[in-house]
Amino acid sequence: MNIYYILQSLIDGLLIGGVYSLVAIGLTLIFGVMRIVNFAHGALMMLGMYTTYWAFNLLHIDPYLSILICVPVLFIIGAAFQKFLITPILDAPEHNQLLLTLGVSLFLENLAVFLWSPNYRVTRTSYEFAYLYIGDLSISLQRVLAFLTAMVVTGIVYFLLSKTDLGKAIRAASEEPRGALLMGINVRRIYWITFGIGAACAGVAGSATAPFFPVYPTVGGIFVITAFMVVVLGGMGSVLGAFAGGLIIGLADAVGGMIFPGAMKSIISFILFILILLFKPTGLFGSKN
Amino acid sequence: MLDINKIDVCYGEIQVLRQVSLKIQEGQVVSLLGSNGSGKTTTVNSISGVLPLTQGTIEFMGEDITKVEPHVRVGKGLVQIPEGRCVFPSLTVKENLEMGSYLKGAKAFRRESLDLVMTLFPILRERTGQRAGTLSGGEQQMLAIARGLMSKPKLLILDEPSLGLAPILVEDIFKSVLRIKSEGVTILLVEQNVPQALGISDYAYVLEEGSVGLSGPGKDLLNNAHIKKLYLGL
Repeated sequence: MNIYYILQSLIDGLLIGGVYSLVAIGLTLIFGVMRIVNFAHGALMMLGMYTTYWAFNLLHIDPYLSILICVPVLFIIGAAFQKFLITPILDAPEHNQLLLTLGVSLFLENLAVFLWSPNYRVTRTSYEFAYLYIGDLSISLQRVLAFLTAMVVTGIVYFLLSKTDLGKAIRAASEEPRGALLMGINVRRIYWITFGIGAACAGVAGSATAPFFPVYPTVGGIFVITAFMVVVLGGMGSVLGAFAGGLIIGLADAVGGMIFPGAMKSIISFILFILILLFKPTGLFGSKN
Repeated sequence: MLDINKIDVCYGEIQVLRQVSLKIQEGQVVSLLGSNGSGKTTTVNSISGVLPLTQGTIEFMGEDITKVEPHVRVGKGLVQIPEGRCVFPSLTVKENLEMGSYLKGAKAFRRESLDLVMTLFPILRERTGQRAGTLSGGEQQMLAIARGLMSKPKLLILDEPSLGLAPILVEDIFKSVLRIKSEGVTILLVEQNVPQALGISDYAYVLEEGSVGLSGPGKDLLNNAHIKKLYLGL
């Protein structure tokens, strides 16, 4: 095991970690604002991947350009999901919401099977085998692009939340829905906008990974289980935590991959996850409540 | 300005308000008094639209707003500062104030409103960058009032603004209510602090078990034998 091998693994881990961050940010945003655990998040990411796949194969649009299509499509799907399915049961007990998001997830996955078959599909770009070389290190261009996409979108979401009136209203509604309503903020509207943004994040993550990951109806599950770990690691509801958590899990997987056989590479992330649950259940960046 | 006409409100099977009627004239400070559980907060929440009425109507500036949604009522100038303040703890003082002027109409005046509330509550100027959750109780109450003023209210409803505050701060809050009145804002003040509230009120209503028991000009009620016995311990 030489230094290049270690560096190579760490870089690959960091790059895919960026994608985990993006999936987790959508998840944590939805949880933080509406207190909804969105089990359909993986299905939304899958829809993002298919959007990119079809945009590429039917319309010959570059996967990374198809993000511009993916964002509005997933935003509308997410907003409609919140507005028409979740809003009516907002005051219902938590497990009802859980069943609903799980049900929607099953529905979307099976819809994808019905429409596009369960077969694996691969998006083949012209730069599929393009690598950046630094010394003995070779870094896949697609993974770099995926990472950069994830970082840019993360930056945009962060800017939106911290600097714009809409973002402040989202934070306000998440902390004190009653106070927000009494200040004239239409909290239900904020909710569907937030869900739309969260879904769009999942969609972008799907677009960004489609060029180097096969697309199939249940593909989202792989990323979303990781994203749930990231959300807990970073602190439920914390965007910054989701960002850092994604990179940490990416790196932890890389380290695991070096030490253990491939199938066991996530062992370190899972150990981290359990340690966090045991000793800091609020997560690295989580608030006490 | 505000005309509440025989409203009934129920929580499930339990009727909390019975045929409550009150009127507020423009430019006045009107108090809504009563002991715990008499229905004061229920009344103001119905006025804000957070609770649905089972019967009766509410008119604001000559318009029937009984069915209007709460956030729309804020845009019409009907603003409530809720009991318990409901400031946004992780947002800074400035961000909290900005959220007070979230709606288009108020947003156009954001800069002037900020100047006004900072003049009314100088302490907030020193705290602009601080998270609201780290403020003291009194400061949070001032922030909540200031945030409400940012919405350019025509009628400001204050639900127990003195709750849980030290006597010296209570004094401050009552003084600021009078200053807000002098800015031309009509005020509905909900209080348990009966003597002080009556002292600054043009008119007052006393709720007893969900109905209006007594009403009259503030000064008259101060001298009312029933009030003296029940609330002033005289």
